Amino acid sequence: MATLATDRTSTQPASTFAFILKKAALSALVALGLFLLMIGIRTEAGPSGQLIYWTRFGELAAIVAAVFVGSIVVELLRQWSGRIGIAATPAPWVGSALAKIGKLLAPALLIFALLVPVIFYNQRYLLDLGILVLTYVMLGWGLNIVVGLAGLLDLGYVAFYAVGAYSYALLAQSGLPLPYLTGSYPFVAVDFLQLGPWAFWVLLPVSGLLAALWGVLLGFPVLRLRGDYLAIVTLAFGEIIRLVILNWQSLTGGPNGISGIPRPTVFGIPLTPGPDGLAAMLGVPFSPTHRLVFLFYLILALALLTNWVAIRLRRLPIGRAWEAMREDEVACRALGINITTTKLSAFALGAMFGGFAGAFFATRQGFISPESFTFQESALVLAIVVLGGMGSQLGVALAALTMIGGFELFRGLDQYRMLVFGAVMVLLMIWRPRGLVGHRAPSVFLHHRTTIAADMVKEGRG
Amino acid sequence: MDYFLQQLINGIVLGSIYGLIAIGYTMVYGIVGMINFAHGDIFMIGGFIALITFLILISIGLTVVPVILLIVLLVSMAVTALYGWSVERIAYRPLRQSFRLAPMLSAIGMSFVLSNFSQVAQGARVKPVPPIITGGYTLHESDAGFAVQLSNVQIVVVVTTIVLLAIFTWLVARTRFGRDMRACEQDQTMAALLGVDVDRTISMTFVIGAALAAVAGVMYLLYYGLVDFFMGFLAGIKAFTAAVLGGIGSLPGAMLGGLAIGLIETLWSAYFSVEYKDVAAFSILIIVLIFLPTGLLGRPEVEKV
Amino acid sequence: MSNDRDILQVEHLSMRFGGIVAVNDLSFSAQRRHITALIGPNGAGKTTVFNCITGFYRPSGGTMHLTHDDGTEYKLEKLHDFRISKTAKVARTFQNIRLFPGMTALENLMVAQHNPLMRASGFTFLGLLGAPSFRDAEARAIAHARDWLDRIGLVERADDAAGNLPYGDQRRLEIARAMCSEPALLCLDEPAAGLNANESAALSELLLSIRQDFGTSILLIEHDMSVVMEISDHIVVLDHGVKIADGAPRAVRDDPKVVAAYLGADEDAATAIMEGGS
Repeated sequence: MATLATDRTSTQPASTFAFILKKAALSALVALGLFLLMIGIRTEAGPSGQLIYWTRFGELAAIVAAVFVGSIVVELLRQWSGRIGIAATPAPWVGSALAKIGKLLAPALLIFALLVPVIFYNQRYLLDLGILVLTYVMLGWGLNIVVGLAGLLDLGYVAFYAVGAYSYALLAQSGLPLPYLTGSYPFVAVDFLQLGPWAFWVLLPVSGLLAALWGVLLGFPVLRLRGDYLAIVTLAFGEIIRLVILNWQSLTGGPNGISGIPRPTVFGIPLTPGPDGLAAMLGVPFSPTHRLVFLFYLILALALLTNWVAIRLRRLPIGRAWEAMREDEVACRALGINITTTKLSAFALGAMFGGFAGAFFATRQGFISPESFTFQESALVLAIVVLGGMGSQLGVALAALTMIGGFELFRGLDQYRMLVFGAVMVLLMIWRPRGLVGHRAPSVFLHHRTTIAADMVKEGRG
Repeated sequence: MDYFLQQLINGIVLGSIYGLIAIGYTMVYGIVGMINFAHGDIFMIGGFIALITFLILISIGLTVVPVILLIVLLVSMAVTALYGWSVERIAYRPLRQSFRLAPMLSAIGMSFVLSNFSQVAQGARVKPVPPIITGGYTLHESDAGFAVQLSNVQIVVVVTTIVLLAIFTWLVARTRFGRDMRACEQDQTMAALLGVDVDRTISMTFVIGAALAAVAGVMYLLYYGLVDFFMGFLAGIKAFTAAVLGGIGSLPGAMLGGLAIGLIETLWSAYFSVEYKDVAAFSILIIVLIFLPTGLLGRPEVEKV
Repeated sequence: MSNDRDILQVEHLSMRFGGIVAVNDLSFSAQRRHITALIGPNGAGKTTVFNCITGFYRPSGGTMHLTHDDGTEYKLEKLHDFRISKTAKVARTFQNIRLFPGMTALENLMVAQHNPLMRASGFTFLGLLGAPSFRDAEARAIAHARDWLDRIGLVERADDAAGNLPYGDQRRLEIARAMCSEPALLCLDEPAAGLNANESAALSELLLSIRQDFGTSILLIEHDMSVVMEISDHIVVLDHGVKIADGAPRAVRDDPKVVAAYLGADEDAATAIMEGGS
């Protein structure tokens, strides 16, 4: 909120100091208007339920002063950058430079990721953070298929994450939830608990496939929708799924969630301290870090699988059809491409990877509740995809690292976290509307590999 | 029958509030073609400003209810309008010529900023106020002892909505600003060439939308007697549903859609289940967008090949 | 209904939008291996006819029969949009070029071969595993695309974004893209619009060579009478959604009704257009 000076209409030559001061004074005045009541007066429900209030004019003055100074700084910076030619438009060299070092950056990042558990073996916090980042990298890559390649704006991606997590949790705990649906327990057809330690490895693909099924189910009705309407409908679907999970207490435990979800095993060997455990079999002392390391490599493998599939698909006819659909749906129809199946396959694949990530999330936490699947998560993943530069795998990974890492940096600030996150989202969009890696690499070439500038690439109307 | 009548009254009151918010969505969508995701939070800010103003007025010893009401309304509209203006200036104007996704994400970001700003500035707890307008009329009392009530606050909400709507309709239909706004809706470049200040017109659209959302915030505070920092999200989505149901871009449509959503939500809660009332609202949104994308009063859009 | 001579028979085609009658009871046929031109003043309903034939509009009435060389018949009015291209093999271009601007010229031509490639990739599964049969199919598809790039003189620019190509190149690329889907009937909506005289002449040659080398039947909407008179075998004239003339180029040009229709629209334009062909 500190910079009201972000408008570009008033970059007239009036670059005098008086102009800057006037502008800063105006910004400060606006800030005073905005914050006088919201910050100057603090309300709270008193002990007897009666509202009480107290004043905070000190904070108010500080913020207004900060806006004044900030406005001056921003205006000076703008004039300075304007003079030496780094125009307000996002610098194109960022993209091309990234493309050049991208060739080196991607393998370097991969090697680093592989070494993380070795380097940070004793720092559980960092390992946990690494797992979190990789989960979002995977979600970002999954959503990238839908948004970046197919150009379908999905604001409810978290629904598939939730479907994956709940599918895993429910199937692992109580077998097929059929009896809940028919109301005739115990009529269990399949009891996955019999799978014992293998449950995770069977249920992971099952959860992914169920999420894909939901992707198709939700995709069908929205086939004809475009742009903002598609975004809103997918948002609504995401919220409906969360609300149903929240309210269907008998199945999902409602707001209390599901706990005691089976932990993953190393292909059937549990990571427990007992004699059957991996530690005992390898003859090393048991440590809870083992599981963390295993989870890290597991999500790394899942994320890389997502990446591999996405890259592969781009070079296959289906991937080209997705991109063509993003560019011009009408032309696709004229070329005999079935838009229905093309769209549904994008939804299904994106959803499947979301489902995998969800199942992983469930097994990692051991506990899930509807709180983990709010609209904010969808927005976060979408922000990662868009900030990464739609369609760019490396960009998405970098964006996930920055966003989730940055998010963690602000953990100490607690309630300011979402405030900062929102502000960062706004500023990043203004700075680079096409994301970090905005250019597009062709899927096939005749003479030499080229890149296509971002402003040429369409973002899809669907 | 009496129970139904009571729900009808409640639904119309709730619908008036949704309708007021929906106008902001419809206007902004009409003129810049984007969903202003932060609009629900603007409504929430309006509620907070009203709460604070009300508290101050009470504490300085003002007791005349109509005067309090008028001041609260005016202050809330003015300050919230400033919020609307600032949001457009900061988050949307730099992205006006940009790709479609950028303003949408910027708007989502702005929505997070506003709701969390309220949380930080005013705390996370629900803020209750004592009833400001009390009393009412019993319209009909059945033998079973069920009475159909029409409270004064309900009358105030509906009357205020009607009056503001009338003023606003006049503004759009008869004034210079209204003409500029409609011109910008049709073709911004052409409007600019003909001497319309497009930037100012768009700013004014946000200002008016925010002011009406503030009115909705005041009405919400009066009617439900509480505000919290998270109330903007759901109210915003429902109001957007109303705007689409009425036909996006159409002002009477927004009001009509608001009433429809208010009624549906109230009746659903009364006859089916309160827990799933939001699911019902979202389902309506989906059904409307899929089967009736032009809404009740909207213009159909023909795809050009 | 069908005969060996005609690839397309349009009978009693009508298209109404609300109260507006865009096409009214139109009947004409396009002969196999011929270039049939559909002309008429602006707003005559030519593009509407195209949109009906290529499945973008569902006609309010009438039938459209397409007969392949092997005698297979398709009722175009009953086919769903993309199937008209996929099964009935009708390809089209657009009045306002609709390439995939962010994809390269080569990619544009690859997308046009989507359906055969999709089958070759085992509906993605074989392709994902890198099956050799798919690699062969893809190599053939690239070679096919290369041939077409060669034909339209764009081999050197194969890896450039289609949206970066000059206007005339984009027009030709769109035709090449339509041809890459190996159509039986090629529908071109004002292919010469915005081209200069040289480019128009090159376009005429391209169209004649397409018919010569591939035996593709062509249906053409065009305002540039020099192109129409030079290459078409048969002309259908529309005005206000109604057919007013139908015949060989020379006969149509001298038809007083046609002259009147154009004169009614704009006197200078009519004279210019009518003299363009001679």
